[in-house]
Formats: sequence, C-alpha cells, structure tokens
Amino acid sequence: MQWEVVIGLEIHAQLMTNSKIFSGASIAYGAEPNTQACAVDLGLPGVLPVLNTEAVRMAAKFGLAIGANVSRHSVFARKNYFYPDLPKGYQISQMELPIVEAGKLEIELKDGTKKIIGVTRAHLEEDAGKSLHEDYHGMTGIDLNRAGTPLLEIVSEPDMRSAEEAVAYMRKIHSLVQYIGICDGNMAEGSFRCDANVSVRPKGQAEYGTRAELKNINSFKFVEKAINIEVERQIDLIEDGGKVVQETRLYDADKNETRSMRSKEEANDYRYFPDPDLLPVVLDDEYLQAVKDTLPELPDVKRDRFIEQYGLSSVDAGILTVSREAADYFEKVAELSAAAKLAANWMMGEVSASLNKNDLDIKDCPVSAEMLAGMLKRIEDNTISGKIAKEVFEAMWAGDGDADTVIDKKGLKQITDSSAIEALVDQVIANNPVQAAEFKAGKEQLMGFFVGQIMKASQGKANPAQVNQLLKKKLSE
Amino acid sequence: MYHNKTLAQLSAMLQAKEVSSVELTQYFLDRIKARDGEINSFISVTAEQALAQAKAADERLAAGTAEPLTGVPFAQKDIFCTEGVRSSCGSKMLDNFISPYDATVVTKLKAVGAVMLGKTNMDEFAMGSSNETSFYGSVKNPWDLKKVPGGSSGGSAAAVAARLAPAATGTDTGGSIRQPASLCNLTGLKPTYGRISRYGMIAFASSLDQAGPMARTAEDCALLMNAMAGFDEKDSTSIEKEVPDYTTDLNKSIKGLKIGLPKEFFGEGLDPEVAKTVEAAIQQYKDMGAEVVEISLPNSGLSVPVYYVVAPAECSSNLSRMDGVRFGHRCEEPKDLEDLYKRSRGEGFGEEVKRRILIGTYALSAGYYDAYYIKAQKLRRLISDDFKKAFEQVDVIMGPTSPNVAFNMGEKSDDPVSMYLSDIYTIAVNLAGLPGMSIPAGFAHDMPVGLQVIGNYFEESHLLNVAHAYQQQTDWHERCPAGFED
Repeated sequence: MQWEVVIGLEIHAQLMTNSKIFSGASIAYGAEPNTQACAVDLGLPGVLPVLNTEAVRMAAKFGLAIGANVSRHSVFARKNYFYPDLPKGYQISQMELPIVEAGKLEIELKDGTKKIIGVTRAHLEEDAGKSLHEDYHGMTGIDLNRAGTPLLEIVSEPDMRSAEEAVAYMRKIHSLVQYIGICDGNMAEGSFRCDANVSVRPKGQAEYGTRAELKNINSFKFVEKAINIEVERQIDLIEDGGKVVQETRLYDADKNETRSMRSKEEANDYRYFPDPDLLPVVLDDEYLQAVKDTLPELPDVKRDRFIEQYGLSSVDAGILTVSREAADYFEKVAELSAAAKLAANWMMGEVSASLNKNDLDIKDCPVSAEMLAGMLKRIEDNTISGKIAKEVFEAMWAGDGDADTVIDKKGLKQITDSSAIEALVDQVIANNPVQAAEFKAGKEQLMGFFVGQIMKASQGKANPAQVNQLLKKKLSE
Repeated sequence: MYHNKTLAQLSAMLQAKEVSSVELTQYFLDRIKARDGEINSFISVTAEQALAQAKAADERLAAGTAEPLTGVPFAQKDIFCTEGVRSSCGSKMLDNFISPYDATVVTKLKAVGAVMLGKTNMDEFAMGSSNETSFYGSVKNPWDLKKVPGGSSGGSAAAVAARLAPAATGTDTGGSIRQPASLCNLTGLKPTYGRISRYGMIAFASSLDQAGPMARTAEDCALLMNAMAGFDEKDSTSIEKEVPDYTTDLNKSIKGLKIGLPKEFFGEGLDPEVAKTVEAAIQQYKDMGAEVVEISLPNSGLSVPVYYVVAPAECSSNLSRMDGVRFGHRCEEPKDLEDLYKRSRGEGFGEEVKRRILIGTYALSAGYYDAYYIKAQKLRRLISDDFKKAFEQVDVIMGPTSPNVAFNMGEKSDDPVSMYLSDIYTIAVNLAGLPGMSIPAGFAHDMPVGLQVIGNYFEESHLLNVAHAYQQQTDWHERCPAGFED
C-alpha cells in the first residue's frame, strides 16, 4: 500500500514586547523564579488583565506579512483548565475570532520545487508559567515568570506531505517572524516552539486519517525525526491491523520515539467563552496601513531581487535571505566590494563556517561587512589570491585589523612581478632536475608538483595564473 | 449623637471642627464593639488602621486640605481587596488571604481621606440574596433580628441601618446593593457598568459586577460617588468618561419628570402590601409634578433564567484561581494534584458557590454552550433593547426593588429558585448595564420597602436628583430600626 502523510503545524512564537501581554511585568528570560510576576500574573483575587497593544501590533504585522486577513474585530476568550502553573485556572487566548485568518506561505524544497502552505489562523494568547519538579524533595515548584508572556500561535492548514515540507515551513515561519522583528526565534529558550499534527492515509483517499498531536518538538532536527518516527509508527500500526487513536503524544528525543501523553477521552473540555474582562480588539484600515508601512522587504521579495540584481542562483539567494541580518550584511558587502558573486561565496563559505564553528550570530560577526568588502576588493585587484584571502580573513576574525593592515603587516601582497616569479620558477626547476626531465618526457601530472613547490617557495604569494603560465613556458623549453 | 447623623452632616461637623475624625472614628468603633454582636455585620474591624487614618485625616483637616469625605468613617464590603487586611469575600477559601494590594475603590477612598472602620459581612463571593451563605455566619436585619438583611451586601446594609457606620460600599451583580438597601431601609446606588473600577473587587460575574455606595440618603450616595467613580486604566471595562460632581444636580426640580412603570414589575409574585407601598411612593412623585406612563419591558421575564446562565458561567471561570496553590485555603496533606484541587475547593467553598460553579461549568460545556451561554447572550441583548426603547419614552423607570419585604432566616435557604426570584426586578438592570437605585419608600408588614429607580446610561446624577427630591418630601429614609436609635 502507498501511504500519504498529512501534517499540520502549530507554532508558538513568543513576541518581543517589553512587558507581558496583560500586565506590566518584564518578560526577560532567565530571571530568578517569581521575580517577574506581578499581582496580575499571580492571578490574585480581584486583578484584571489590560491588553498590551504592542502585542496586537506585532500580530497584525505578521498577518500582513503573510497576506492574511487581519481581523477588524477579534475577541479574547478564556480557555479553562486547572494546572498549577496556570494561575487563573484559565488561559486568555482567542478562539472564535482570532486576530489573523487565512494567510499563506510559499516553501521551497531541496529539489527546488515550490509549494504553497495555508495558514489557517494566528491568534494571541498568554503563556503559562513553569512547573519545576527537580530539587523540591518530591514537591513541585512553580515559577510564574513566564506566565503572561505574549505568544502568537500560528496554525497551518494540513497541507504538508512530508517531514521535509514541515521543516521547510517551520524554517520559513522562523525566518519571517525574525525578519519582521516580532520574535527572536530563540528555540533553546523556548521563544519558538512547535507542535505537529500527523496522520497517514492510503494514497488517493480523500478523507484524512486519524491524527496524533506531537508535542514539545523544539528544534528543526527533532521536528523532522519526530514526524518520521510517528509516520512509521502509524503505518506499522495500520498495516498490522490496528487503528490510530486521536491523542497527544510526546516526542522523546533521547529514545527517538513518540509516546502517548493523553487520549482524546482524557482531553479537557476547555469551556471557551469570551473573556468578559477584555474588550474586543477593534482595528481600522488606517491602523493596518500604518502597520503595513513598517513592514520590511520580506524574504521572498528579497530573494527574487537578489537573483535579479546580483545575478545569484535561486538557491544562493534563498540561503542569503533566510535571515534579515545576513541579507543586510551580504548587501553591504556586495555594494562596497562591487563583487556580489564573490561576496555570496564568501558569505556561504568562510563567514558562515566560522560563525557556526564559534556558535555566533551574523550580528556578532567579528569581521564587519566593511572589512570583508575591503578584503574582497583586494582579491578583485589581484593584491591577494583567494587562498591568501583565507589567511587574511582569519587574521581579521582574530582582531588583527582590516584587510589592508593584515596584508601589509604580514607581507601577504601577491607577487605579480613576472621577473620575480620567473626567478622562482627557474630556481624550482633547477632544484628538481629529475622531475623536470620526467615532465618533459610526458609526465604532465607533475605540473601540480611544480606549482605547489613554487607557491611554497613564495609563501603562497605568487599569482597562481602567472605561475602556471611561466611554468608551462619554461618546462616546454 | 453622631450615629444618627448623615455622612453630609458629619462632614460638615468635621470641617467646622465640631468633632475630630479620631473622636468620630473611636465613637463608631465603640458602637460596633457594643452592638455588632447582635447583627454580625462585620467580618473584620480594623480599629488600628482606622485610627491611624483618622489621625491623618485630622491633620489634613487642620491643614485646610480636606475634601468632603476626609475624616468621615465608613464600612467597606469585604469583596474589596485591601492591603494588609484580610479580604475574605465571605468565604472560608479566602479566610487567610491578606491582600498585598488595594482595590482601586479602596485607593480612591483612601485618597480622599475617608476612614475605613472595617470589612463588612457578605454572601460568600457575593452569591446570595440573604447573607446566609457567608462563612462568617448570617447577618441579621436590624429591623427584625429574625429576618435576613438581604444580600449579597447584607453586612454593609445592616451596619448602616443599625447606625454602626454612616455609610458603606457595596457591589451589585444582580441586585446586591439595591435589594439589601430595600430590605434595610437604605438608599443604595448601582451605577452604570464601567462607571466604577472593578480592579481589586473580587470577581463574581465580570460582565455584571459593579460597585456602588450604600447610605441613608441620596446626598450621601452622591458624596461617595464623587470619590468612587472614574475611569481606571487597570480595568479595561471601565469607561473613559468625565465624572460629574454628583451633588450639583441634587436640588434640581423634577417637575415634568416622565416616569415609566413597567407593567411586568407589578404582576404576579409581587406582595400586594409591597405593591401598595410602592404605588404610594409613585403617587408622591405625581404630587411633586411628575408624569407617569405605563410601559412594557416584554423580555424582562427572561432576566432570571438569563442571569442564572451568564453569572454562573462567568463565576465558574472566575473562581478557578481559588485552587489552593498560591493563596487561600489548602487542604491538609494532599495526596496528589487532583486531591489538592478537589479537597481544597471542596472544603473552601460553601454550598451555594459550588452550586453556581456547577451550573456555570455545565452551561459552558461542549455541546451545551450554544444552547445556554450563547442563547443567554442573545436574550440579554433583547432585555437591553427593551430598556433602550423605554428610555425613548420616559426619563426614569420605577417599580419595587424586591417583590417582598425581608423574609425569615432559613425560609428560602433550601429553595434556591425562590431565593433567586427575590432579585427578579433588579437583575434586568445588571444585564443591561444600567444604573439603578433603591430608596426607602415606606413599610409593609412593619418592614422597609424600597422603591427602585432605573435611569439611562450614566444618568446617576439624574437618579440621585430624583431620589433626593423624594427625600426632601418624605422621612422614610430617616426611620431607624427600634433598639438602634441610641
């Protein structure tokens, strides 16, 4: 039997507001437990929520960025359930009238195929606190610092047909929310989290299969693994004559398995109803236009422009536009150096490798766009070779100054004087008479040996093209 | 003596330095000590804080920076969170809850220098019409100690009726200011929804709850309104609208006032003696130059059923925070989380509160939500529309506040529906969010009868004017329950 996988994602993006969604407390990560929880966050008797309008603006920004319908009238609702880290016994969320509805997003797969994924809705809600089970002698500690942190829950249509598509979609949202400045995308701190609804059905069947909701998959790698392992489980189950039950499953990354958390029967009846403490959120055209005016150039538009303007390939342009900071860095280098393709190669090569190795973000790159552009100019004008450039780059990374300083200080200027190169060539041939004779006898593979020897003798500074040309000439004499 | 004076009179005496706030405060504290044992109207008496506030008020009076309420003692309903003071809301659940913050109403009354004598008894979480559901015991009606004072602001009503405090704060979700005012011969005002901040007022039904003053006269209510009303950025449902001086229009002529009498308020279920008393009060208004027309509020009969879906639904959610985790009652030695929830809540809440949580949880449940909650919201709109239409025709609407006078304690406690019906005339006003008053209108069966006056949105000044005019012509509001004159 041929199986088709159906996936929908629910992504929680923490909004980068200064304060909580319904109180004035800070949302900064990592504070001492319960030091960032005010009376409202603690859910004391009598307190009332007051909506942070910045969270609304950010949600509207997201809606406009995905071409969605941003509701002129959205309503907060209470989602009722008991849990110790949910202080009020309900979460303020949005149910029937979310702020964002019906958007879409284009994803591109590794083989270059493109696909549109629908975004059903995105709604504002507050985060819960944290239950801490360790170090409390069998008791549970509650930290309410996170309670009330603004979240945008982004719900996709069940449009994805493979783990690869799901990851591509998740990456796309991850990139977008950072682009438009509403979420820092920090998955380690939980600022960007994902649940996946996964089901399988025989290929060609119109109805969806029964789905399982995978919780707590907080890296791109885990999303892919969790979905694949869950798909495998479901297919095995059905092929063995079993039935998939609707339930919530937890992904265990250590064991690479999913296991049941709670079944549909155990699921809460959340008893949603409009929160009577909050007024409906009413937005007018003027407001939405003002928000729209603050949108930056979005990744897809930027990618197309990079292809057009800099002559980059679609893949390269795609990589360079994943993050706004990287794209900005690239553009600056390209403009200052007037060598866009070279800039792209360096960005995707040395720059990205060094950043990865040091676990740094582009905005913390010790080599500024100006410095990199300065170095590329020296490659372009033949002052240094590409190989020497790597040494220059490393020196700049280490803080030894800009390219010209490094080249000067280390004497890395390329030798382009033909008489100097000729002398080196003569010397190397003279020092290796055996090889020279063999070459002349037809063993042309030895060309590489001679180039290597000459480059070594010049400490890599000889212009490789000139070396090649002179060598050929001398050896055929 | 001082206890027979109105708030306005005491204010004048303070300003004229005929008495100091400390003397006045001590006088009422002594009176509470001597007499509250008979009626059980206070949960907490905050003597120390009161005297400190009085001292500060005297300094302000001496410095000439006093406001009308500076130094005047009053009683605070225990529903308002008060910093450093137990704020129990009449429940075992919050018996150990010392609020770390002040409700906005508390802040505002502190700001004008009013002196809080203590926190008054109330039905548990404001759920009740007789004050019999309080964890701190029933409150007795000073007019007849066998009878209930009404509820939920029964402690406030009894305290003022017994002259233990010149005035008190109350809250009204379905009649909780007006009904006890009616049963205890007081003047009580439930303002327009949103006029007074709900911040720090322990929520029962958020879309209905509204604080207001309870006193002996309309003038005193006006003085309290001046301090209590106003927009609060901490309450998103409070309304950004200028607060008038509520005393300005008190003496305006009411000649030509158009009074609407809803025929639905004078039908079956109304005690004929109460009806007679209310009709006499309306005749008095006619004599004063008002015009009376019969009107209809065709959907008002739906008020009680609509209310008993909406209010329990909201309360079932509002009371979820009382879970034994962060504050309030926690059971001994919980086995696990579920046990902690079940026993803490099971032990902490009383019967009526549990009943309403269950009703509300049911009404919001999957499969019932549309049939109950959504339907109720639609009917609520119809009830509001009735009033809207009526106010195109008339200036104010009048009728009885309650269908009966105060009933005997225990009489209705086993019959919730009959208890719920005692709010039949007040509930529609909360559902519509309108302001309403109850004013002393005479007696039936030797017990006080209240006249309800309902106004259009934000017309509290007008209501107070209408009430004050009546009180200039009658002395019902001056009557004191036997045994509490001295």
